[in-house]
Amino acid sequence: MSSDAMAIQTAEAADRPWVETLHEWVTTVDHKRLGILYVLYALFFLVVAGIEATIMRIQLMRPHNDFVSPQVFNRMFTMHGTTMIFFVVMPILFGFANYLVPLMIGARDMAFPRLNAFSFWLTAFGGILLYFSFVGGFGLYGAGNAPDVGWWAYAPLTSRAFSPGHSTDYWTIALLVSGFGSIGTSINIIATILCMRCPGMKLSRMPLLAWLYLTMAGLVILSISPLTAAQMMLAIDRYLGAHFFDTQAGGSAALWMHFFWIFGHPEVYVLVIPAFAFVSEIIPVFSRKPIFGYPVMVGATLCIGFVSMSVWAHHMFTIGMSSYTNSFFVLTTMVIAVPTGIKIFNWLGTMWGGKIRFETPMLFCIGFLFQFLIAGLTGIMLGAAPFNWQLSGSYFVIAHFHYVIVGGILFALFAAFYYWFPKVTGRMLNESLGKLHFWLFLIGFHMTFDVMHVPGILGMPRRIYTYEPGRGWDTLNLIITIGTFIQGIAILVFVANLVFSYFRGQKAGNDPWDAWTLEWSVSSPPREYNFASIPTVASRRPLWDRKHPEDPDSLYD
Amino acid sequence: MSAITTPFGQKPAAWSLPYRGKVGMASLIFAESAIFTIFVVAYLFYLGKSLTGPTPREVLETPIFFTICLLSSSLTIHFASRFLERGKRGEFLGLWFLTIVLGGLFLFGTGREWHRLIYQHGLTISTNLFGTTYYSLVGLHATHVTVGLLMLTMVFIFGLAGRVGPEQSARLDVLSMYWHFVDAVWVVVFTVVYILGR
Repeated sequence: MSSDAMAIQTAEAADRPWVETLHEWVTTVDHKRLGILYVLYALFFLVVAGIEATIMRIQLMRPHNDFVSPQVFNRMFTMHGTTMIFFVVMPILFGFANYLVPLMIGARDMAFPRLNAFSFWLTAFGGILLYFSFVGGFGLYGAGNAPDVGWWAYAPLTSRAFSPGHSTDYWTIALLVSGFGSIGTSINIIATILCMRCPGMKLSRMPLLAWLYLTMAGLVILSISPLTAAQMMLAIDRYLGAHFFDTQAGGSAALWMHFFWIFGHPEVYVLVIPAFAFVSEIIPVFSRKPIFGYPVMVGATLCIGFVSMSVWAHHMFTIGMSSYTNSFFVLTTMVIAVPTGIKIFNWLGTMWGGKIRFETPMLFCIGFLFQFLIAGLTGIMLGAAPFNWQLSGSYFVIAHFHYVIVGGILFALFAAFYYWFPKVTGRMLNESLGKLHFWLFLIGFHMTFDVMHVPGILGMPRRIYTYEPGRGWDTLNLIITIGTFIQGIAILVFVANLVFSYFRGQKAGNDPWDAWTLEWSVSSPPREYNFASIPTVASRRPLWDRKHPEDPDSLYD
Repeated sequence: MSAITTPFGQKPAAWSLPYRGKVGMASLIFAESAIFTIFVVAYLFYLGKSLTGPTPREVLETPIFFTICLLSSSLTIHFASRFLERGKRGEFLGLWFLTIVLGGLFLFGTGREWHRLIYQHGLTISTNLFGTTYYSLVGLHATHVTVGLLMLTMVFIFGLAGRVGPEQSARLDVLSMYWHFVDAVWVVVFTVVYILGR
């Protein structure tokens, strides 16, 4: 009976014209579909921004190379940075939040489904606007056809005098628009987590992922808003002739730096806290132990959230602030290492004595742990003002923050892909391809970013389009570029795995990892309404309670 | 199907969560506060740094009457929604309309001041740093008042059509949170621009 019904349903689905399916996806307000749209959109831009990075690396492969012109090189590093931060990592993290948060807290949708769709489309059009500058950026002056002011767009480079044409305006408006999208989604995440939890899901019983996304959304609200304000000022400067960042009229270029980094540093934590969230869900399941020190993890996260709001000027040691200001920002920067260290020890404590299963998601998590630790150590080095005076603006800084973003965040994201792909599609990602992806990417990553520290220490500045031979950078740059290509191949393996497994992957079932959170209690992929009846929970691991009625967690809750 | 209906534990006796509208609006207010903070910081940072005149001391006049209008509109909107809760639609509509009038008066005041500054004193957004920061900060606030007025007017029209009853009072409370916020921001802007800044 039921199989007949299934057959009829699939037949109907196959018969529907594709326009109708497309219309459904474009007008959807379902949190799962919007989550998938966010992720697909971000994956597209990941490839685009990856190609931009590769162009830069080919240019720097050997001294006096002329693969691209200096002007194109400037556009490439600006677009690479802007795209990766605003149109790859942010949307991909919002995509995961959209998909997972309601399922994990036992809700049928986000708090404001239509706001959710609105925010996605704002973000989407922001990205399209940014890339439209390649076509439309000429403006009246015929100068520049894509933003080339760097991703932090320091004043007065962004003023009309130094950035004629419209490319900088595209940059400003694109970030403004996508910023509104980010704020909308964050409001939605906060309201969902606080107001939509299923009965029994007290704050102290939420999966860590929900806690960490709550912190992340709060940080987005407090950090993207200053960026929005600064972008408004820049637009007012450029269009209405105001003088916010116009040094000729008494305006201050340093003020833009402050405003930008008040956004820019918390942004790092906006990106990394969800990475912590994925790792905090995956490590326990693959170590067969509950997370070690749940309350401390929550506390450390909130602590990171608070302290991260007061460290921004460590990006600005070289502009000549007073020694008191420097000391303050050195201290706050060092303080943030404490809660971060607590987290690393808690993940190790979770693995300690566990029955670790070395499957692809866990491999990426272990890679994350090592690399994030090293990234934190070079962060402490750069957080000390005197050291920073030496190496600010060098490739050492580039190596440091790519260690955070690629070695930390991207590894955690890959872990999340391998872990939740079965829930989203109903099929497992191929394990052999996954292991190949992991090892290739690991090798490529270390070839590129370990080596990149060295030319930085040897004095190679960032953002140069070429360099003289014989400064000891030549071989190192070649190795870095080869590493980039290995990473590129690994990404191709990953994309191939996504496509192959979507059509041919092994069927996953509801709970392929024997996990403990609510999203694994529903079918894969979940139905539109998520839960046929809203669940009730009595502990942090509701599925454990159901699988082990003889010894449920709720006894000790 | 049995798997889905199996409860994970006992249903707790009492389970109530905050209203999502209020939480959402509170979050929006935090975001907006951060935006205003940046504009206020820019205003304070550039105080006295204009290379040319006019200066705030020369041209600004304290808009006491219009400030009283805006601040009292917070009271009228509060009592309007209390009346709505008790189902007194007439009183609700009257006070709601009064709120719109008071907000409109405030906007009129801002417009008149801008007209005076532009035509009598020649101060525009591109004159000097004072013009830049003043028009941006006050203009950002006036934009928020305008958005608020549009939403209040929408509710008023629905109210005239008889579509607003006590069942909507929770939603209108969310809107009045926004209106209170706009008023509170004016207190900050007023202090910074007309008291500290002169």
